[in-house]
Amino acid sequence: MEARNLLQIEKLGKDYSSKSKALTDVTLSLPRGQFVSVIGSSGAGKSTLLRCINRLIDPNAGSIVFDGKDVAGMGRRELRQVRRRISMIFQHYNLVYRSTSIENVLQGRLGYKSTIAGVLGLYSEEEKERAFTILDQLGLAEFAYTRTDQLSGGQKQRVGIARALLQDPLLILADEPIASLDPKASQMIMEHLRWAVDTLGITCLVNLHQVDYAIEFSDRILALKKGHLVFDGTPDELDARAISDIYGTPYVEERAVRGGLFENLEEEVLATVGAA
Amino acid sequence: MDKRFFLKRSLAIGGVFVLLVAVNAVSAGFVGFNPLKVLADIPGGIVWMAQNFMPSVAAFEKIDTILISLGKTVLLSVASSCIAAVFAYLCAVIGSREAGLGGPFPLIIRGIASVFRNIPVVAWAFILMFSFKQSEFTGFLALFLGTFGYLTRCFLESIDEVAGGSVEALRATGAGFAPIVTQAIIPMSITAVVSWTLYMIETNIRDATLIGILTGAGIGALFDVYYKSFRYDLAALVILCIVVAVIACEAISNYVRRQII
Repeated sequence: MEARNLLQIEKLGKDYSSKSKALTDVTLSLPRGQFVSVIGSSGAGKSTLLRCINRLIDPNAGSIVFDGKDVAGMGRRELRQVRRRISMIFQHYNLVYRSTSIENVLQGRLGYKSTIAGVLGLYSEEEKERAFTILDQLGLAEFAYTRTDQLSGGQKQRVGIARALLQDPLLILADEPIASLDPKASQMIMEHLRWAVDTLGITCLVNLHQVDYAIEFSDRILALKKGHLVFDGTPDELDARAISDIYGTPYVEERAVRGGLFENLEEEVLATVGAA
Repeated sequence: MDKRFFLKRSLAIGGVFVLLVAVNAVSAGFVGFNPLKVLADIPGGIVWMAQNFMPSVAAFEKIDTILISLGKTVLLSVASSCIAAVFAYLCAVIGSREAGLGGPFPLIIRGIASVFRNIPVVAWAFILMFSFKQSEFTGFLALFLGTFGYLTRCFLESIDEVAGGSVEALRATGAGFAPIVTQAIIPMSITAVVSWTLYMIETNIRDATLIGILTGAGIGALFDVYYKSFRYDLAALVILCIVVAVIACEAISNYVRRQII
């Protein structure tokens, strides 16, 4: 079992109405401890893909097997147990802004709690200590008792990551985690996610608009276009032709590709694509 | 540049104005309303009010009766608003689109709220008087039902507006509905809830006066008695007390609102 892939998706399909298909026949597998980015234009189905994996959105077709369990067909109770091991990070952080950082982080444990303990917000001493440790690791120790609506965007997202990590996840789904952040904060958030993959062995599936970040941080890049998986490869394999294919813009000059000069390539492509 | 574009627009605006005047003239003619006569009557009306509707010194002898009635009315409004708020919040949490139980609940709750909200409080009072006679309870129930409908709608909007993101996040952690309610929905919506409830208390103090005239209870009934026995000085004192109470209530709720943000 352990040797198998962490996540196996077969022929996943989702349509919101009979006319528009958000996802069509997406098949992919994720091993443990890999940093995988998903790129593609707005509306290509990136968010839908992520939300199908933890069933915040119910897919119409295909199967999703997470850690040996079929997510697509399971009932509410089982689903809640699977969701404990799949964390999620959001573009708009989705924190409870009237609560403090530490309270938000502890809410990552709610899936493990009985209803009574969850309702009353009763956490064990061990959970509290771990929450403080994680906040400290993310450089937020001094903000533990700060209400989260007073934090900056980058700090809010780090609280989001702390909440995700306290879940003991096997998989982190990050939906545009840096789309609302400045470059410095973006860099920091990506580094924290990379750290989670490298030291904690968590698999990260990250939706990104920024191709340069995807190339810099990922082990593997997936690309969606109109609901189809059109690219699955290493950052090295993602050349200018592939990028222009994905975003549907004209092919950039070939000289940018030669010699594997990535800085050059990115600038060229980003200038054309306007994705930066 | 097309000069006729601007000409057309001016003509359209002028046309609408002429139409409004015409509609006004036709309807005023139909009910026999004479604007000039009304204007001429206003000064006389004001003089009459100044002469008769003035709290006299003698009126202040009745101040304790008035204050007791006023106190009852204010407390009735507070009680009906707060209890309605509790029920409205329960319904709003269940019926919220972003956070609630889903399924048929959003539609059902919205339907119920809409029915209660769109029947005016005065109509409720008339309806309820048949079953519960003229009593304070009738007034309480009328206010409760109207407030319940209105607050359910407000709370639904507030919850959908503020709680969506955090609810999604907690759902993704595997949390059940009850913990999501206490850990995310309540903290995120509590300020809006308090704010709306305070607003309804203010509104209900005003409405309770009117309801009291119908149900024969509280400050409204007292006003009715004084007014019908030509004790305009006492009636004026009642109105003065109501105004002070409403303003005080508004000031208090504004203060509370500022403190809880």
